[in-house]
Amino acid sequence: MMTLLLLFIPLVSAIIVYLAGQKLASKVALSLAVVELVLSGVALSVYLKEGPEPFYIFHDWIASPKISFHLALDGLSLLLVLLTNLLTPIIILSAFRRLIPNAKSYFALILMMQFALVGVFMAMDGLLYYIFWELALIPIYFIALRWGGPNRVPITLKFFIYTLAGSLLMLFGFIMLYWYNPQQSFDIRELYELAISGSNQSWLFWMFFLAFAIKIPIVPFHTWQADTYREAPTQGTMLLSGIMLKMGLYSLLRWLLPVLPLGVAQWGPLAITLCVVGIVYASIIAIKQNNIKNLLAYSSLAHVGLISAGIFAMNLHGFQGSVVQMLAHGINVVGLFYCADIIFNRTNTLSIDGLGGIRNLAPKFTTMFMVILLGSVALPLTNGFIGEFLLLYGVYQYNVWLCVFAGLTIILGAVYMLRMFKKVMLGNVGSGVQSFPDLHWNEFLALGIIVVLVIVMGLYPKPVLDIAEPALQLILEKSIVQ
Amino acid sequence: MTQNVLNDPTLLFLGLLIPLFPLLGFLVNGLLGKFLPKASAGWIGSGVVLASFLCVLCIFNAVSAQDVIRIDVFDWIVFSGIDISFGFSIDPLTVIMMLVVTGVGFLIHLYSIGYMHDDDGFGRFFTYLNLFIFFMLLLVMGSNYLMMFIGWEGVGLCSYLLIGFWFKKDAYNDAAQKAFVMNRIGDLGFLIAMFFLLFQFGTLDFAAIEKLVPGITSHQGLITTIALLLFIGAIGKSAQLPLYTWLPDAMAGPTPVSALIHAATMVTAGIYMIVRSNVLFAMSSVALQVILAIGVVTSVFAAIIGLKQNDIKKVLAYSTVSQLGLMFVALGLGAFTSGIFHLVTHAFFKALLFLGAGSVIHALHGEQDIRNMGGLKKLIPITYITFLLASLAISGFPLLSGFFSKDEILAHAFQQNILIWIILSISSLLTAFYMFRLVYLTFHNSFRGTDETKHHIHESPWTMTVPLVILCALSVVGGVLGLPAVFHAQHWLAGYLSNVTAGSLPYLHHPEHLSHSLEIILMSIAGAGAILMILFARHQYVTKKQLPPSDVSLTGFEKLVANKFYVDELYERFISQPVFKLSDAFGGFVDKQIVDRLVNGVGTLVDMSGKTLRLFQTGSTGFYVFAMVLGMIVLFIIRLLI
Amino acid sequence: MGTVEHIIPLNWYIVLASFLFCIGVMGVLFRKNGIIILMCIEIMLNAVNILLVAFSAYSGNSDGQVFVFFIMVVAAAEVAVGLALLMSIYRNIGSTNIDVLNKLKW
Repeated sequence: MMTLLLLFIPLVSAIIVYLAGQKLASKVALSLAVVELVLSGVALSVYLKEGPEPFYIFHDWIASPKISFHLALDGLSLLLVLLTNLLTPIIILSAFRRLIPNAKSYFALILMMQFALVGVFMAMDGLLYYIFWELALIPIYFIALRWGGPNRVPITLKFFIYTLAGSLLMLFGFIMLYWYNPQQSFDIRELYELAISGSNQSWLFWMFFLAFAIKIPIVPFHTWQADTYREAPTQGTMLLSGIMLKMGLYSLLRWLLPVLPLGVAQWGPLAITLCVVGIVYASIIAIKQNNIKNLLAYSSLAHVGLISAGIFAMNLHGFQGSVVQMLAHGINVVGLFYCADIIFNRTNTLSIDGLGGIRNLAPKFTTMFMVILLGSVALPLTNGFIGEFLLLYGVYQYNVWLCVFAGLTIILGAVYMLRMFKKVMLGNVGSGVQSFPDLHWNEFLALGIIVVLVIVMGLYPKPVLDIAEPALQLILEKSIVQ
Repeated sequence: MTQNVLNDPTLLFLGLLIPLFPLLGFLVNGLLGKFLPKASAGWIGSGVVLASFLCVLCIFNAVSAQDVIRIDVFDWIVFSGIDISFGFSIDPLTVIMMLVVTGVGFLIHLYSIGYMHDDDGFGRFFTYLNLFIFFMLLLVMGSNYLMMFIGWEGVGLCSYLLIGFWFKKDAYNDAAQKAFVMNRIGDLGFLIAMFFLLFQFGTLDFAAIEKLVPGITSHQGLITTIALLLFIGAIGKSAQLPLYTWLPDAMAGPTPVSALIHAATMVTAGIYMIVRSNVLFAMSSVALQVILAIGVVTSVFAAIIGLKQNDIKKVLAYSTVSQLGLMFVALGLGAFTSGIFHLVTHAFFKALLFLGAGSVIHALHGEQDIRNMGGLKKLIPITYITFLLASLAISGFPLLSGFFSKDEILAHAFQQNILIWIILSISSLLTAFYMFRLVYLTFHNSFRGTDETKHHIHESPWTMTVPLVILCALSVVGGVLGLPAVFHAQHWLAGYLSNVTAGSLPYLHHPEHLSHSLEIILMSIAGAGAILMILFARHQYVTKKQLPPSDVSLTGFEKLVANKFYVDELYERFISQPVFKLSDAFGGFVDKQIVDRLVNGVGTLVDMSGKTLRLFQTGSTGFYVFAMVLGMIVLFIIRLLI
Repeated sequence: MGTVEHIIPLNWYIVLASFLFCIGVMGVLFRKNGIIILMCIEIMLNAVNILLVAFSAYSGNSDGQVFVFFIMVVAAAEVAVGLALLMSIYRNIGSTNIDVLNKLKW
């Protein structure tokens, strides 16, 4: 029951928001998103008391091909559902006091997105999962297409087609899995037990990996990212970078490693190399970006590269690091994009060269920006540090040299982030900054929540680690070839 | 080496209070600062550090050389194979460091009340300063490497914030960023060293590792790797070659910051870290030799650069680099206690020198170039006397604190390698010379600035002079912490720290002790050398009234030295610029022209084939029927053939 | 039924049907008049019908003949629709020449 509520409240909310009309849309959306957040809090407490059993749902849905309505909530799913439901209200809150045409559709689409994302994280049947996966693409497509920047049309189309092409490969992969499954079903428990020959797994690996690599994205499948992040409206960018790319990372853990252990054994080294090369590549590109959103996009690329590397390192430390960092990155990147939006809202530019000296005018904003930025460069006692520490340790166990190379992100991250901060916030007031009112209440609240999360998670990550551990342990057991 | 774990709840509570006080100060000043009167920030900031200092004194009273206090606050990262707790451990080494951090820290806070009085960011300054003390205390109190790393990076952050304290100036911001990034290079080494340790031992706890390390004696390569990686971290933090260039630039920060962070405490973190891991380092002779080599080279190199600097703070900065090099030499020789001894005395006199310099700058309203000073000794007598005594101490004038601590290191060098002793002696002579060049140019002869400035020169307020006097007293008598055996005294510090360094004794090479007469001869040579150099400087700058020429007129080696051997330019040219070019190349060319082209190429391919293939749709029914029949015939033929 | 003597060999039916089918194909390919094309299609269908009936008779299984009825019904319906379309085309453009109908392209 709890599970169904968690899943369907966003859908119902979306409809209510659409019906509520333009004026009320944002407030209704926020309150409904908070309801969902409270419910996920309840779910968390139930989980802590009784474990994953109460959340298990299994119904037959389509007889042939056998697709079942199979939802479950283990630690991994729970954390990502929590992240989604935590970020959605913040994202909605960030849209307050902004002029948004046709607000009811906008907020309804954001809630639709939440519905699909929660579905992705809870679905335990391959095809059901695939349906949610594709469903998530639809709202973001419309959000980016209708509320985006001046170049939105070609860029959104490219994003849509690119990810869709990847998903199509995944669908094909699922059909092949169905074929190989003697039980003839998409059920994840059966998929985990399949014995598929190495050569077939090798093909299947690429089908799934490409789909996820495009979504995450892993270099060299990333070229849609910076453009889309720049052109999409801020809330769209937050959804994309904060939650949607976690779909790809989550899926690596849930649907790729344990299902195709032989394929991973064969291609994992290549994948982890790609990830690590991508970290350094993206970090270096980020140094000279002149658009804040572009810079954040490349920094995000570097971060998710490290997360994927930690996953492909195939050990519990890397896995744990990836989960912590997924949450941390989601929170930080939403905060950073919000800061970019606040700057754009006041100055109408995102060009780093044209800005400067904002710290003179908006000290509160500067402090919050700084804390979130420090989380992003993984300073100890912020959430980013725990994640990166565990991830790099995971990669270290895989290969020392890869770890050293990946560790360059610690240095380069400081370079590009501080360089941006220096040019935008410090120095004398830049030509592009006319007036810069400090934070409004909704901005203060949204950033304040993020800042608190950055520090609390960095100071006491144990609950996250404890919740994730059993699920990851299971995944690890299935992923390692005996 | 029996250890005695103290479990007295009062002590545990006191220990916990030590870092909490500055944190409280940080929170109060940072969050509530704007509701309080402006002046209160300074008193709150100083008060909390004083409170910490008092707690440290209580603990110092209770902790004898054999005692350890362990405070485990909570489990931090604990799961399969990792066991890292968020906890503190207080042993004699920590107590010494805490005394320096909170003691010198308090004096510098007090001083800042006067120094920063007119600054707009008064409250912000104390907020950062308190945060720094908090992180520095975490660094020295942490019970494991990761806790140390928190403090390690945290002080780096504070250093960044405080160097760029006057954030309107781009040059200051650049200096701040440079410091942070260069520290991060070292931090990566530290981080990877932790991975090695964690992988090997499953814990990062100091005590546990100290017990476990002897178990891997046979893996010399591994031990050396770990030690060298840790040392990379120390190089970054303690500004040794080749990562020292951030420290002179860091002088952009307010002078109390230079005194606290870039002289007395943060930069000595590298020394502390190595002494903390002394067993590990002692087991790897290769690592010790590397430390020794880098320390020796840095010590001389920085001293040479110091000869030709004309900014009062830059001279002191290079002197700091040089003195830190000397401490590393001590560590490289295996004389861990001597390193700490010099760390402590250096904290006294170098903080005093910086504060004195600050007092001069304060009196001259921001003037830092010694060519525009002179004749200040009458105008600001307290500053002059304290500065002079500190300079005597750092130069190794007999019986002052620096004399004893430096002499101890020199004696160790003499025992093990006479060549190193010679190089270090040269470095000390250079130190004596450039310090007194500074003293004479600043305080003697007549004033070289404008009359306008001269008219305004005044001695600093008591909040600034009291710390000067106290630090001066410490600089003079600090030597009693480690009086050598020649004076028929106990080396108190060595006794106090004996338990900390006991684990490394079996792995170190122990040359015969110097005979007392030889030791006295060495001391006399060092003392006489220092006095000679001081007299030489006096001859040059007081008797002959030489003035450093302007930078443009220099030639040859002098020009090279005045431009700091062009190291910054080399880094800029061969590291920064290539990275920027690479960034342009990756972002502009590889990403847009190759990777994205490939992606778009797939799209274009589909587009093109669509454009071509649609031409088959002629609209003529006859053609369609013909194509259909042709298709059937082809299929039929294929069927027949197969 | 299976034991009935067949005076005319099966091959002859096949040859006949093939000829008829080819005539139909040629007609569809080369004539331009819509009505004739429609009739040629009918010829092809009938060629198939002949084959079906013949095979059915020779194999002693009546399934084929049942199919023939289906085809005849479908063909009748198709002719009805087809002729109606042609009528309407003729009314609109005054011709049943299919080469004129080439607007639906690219």
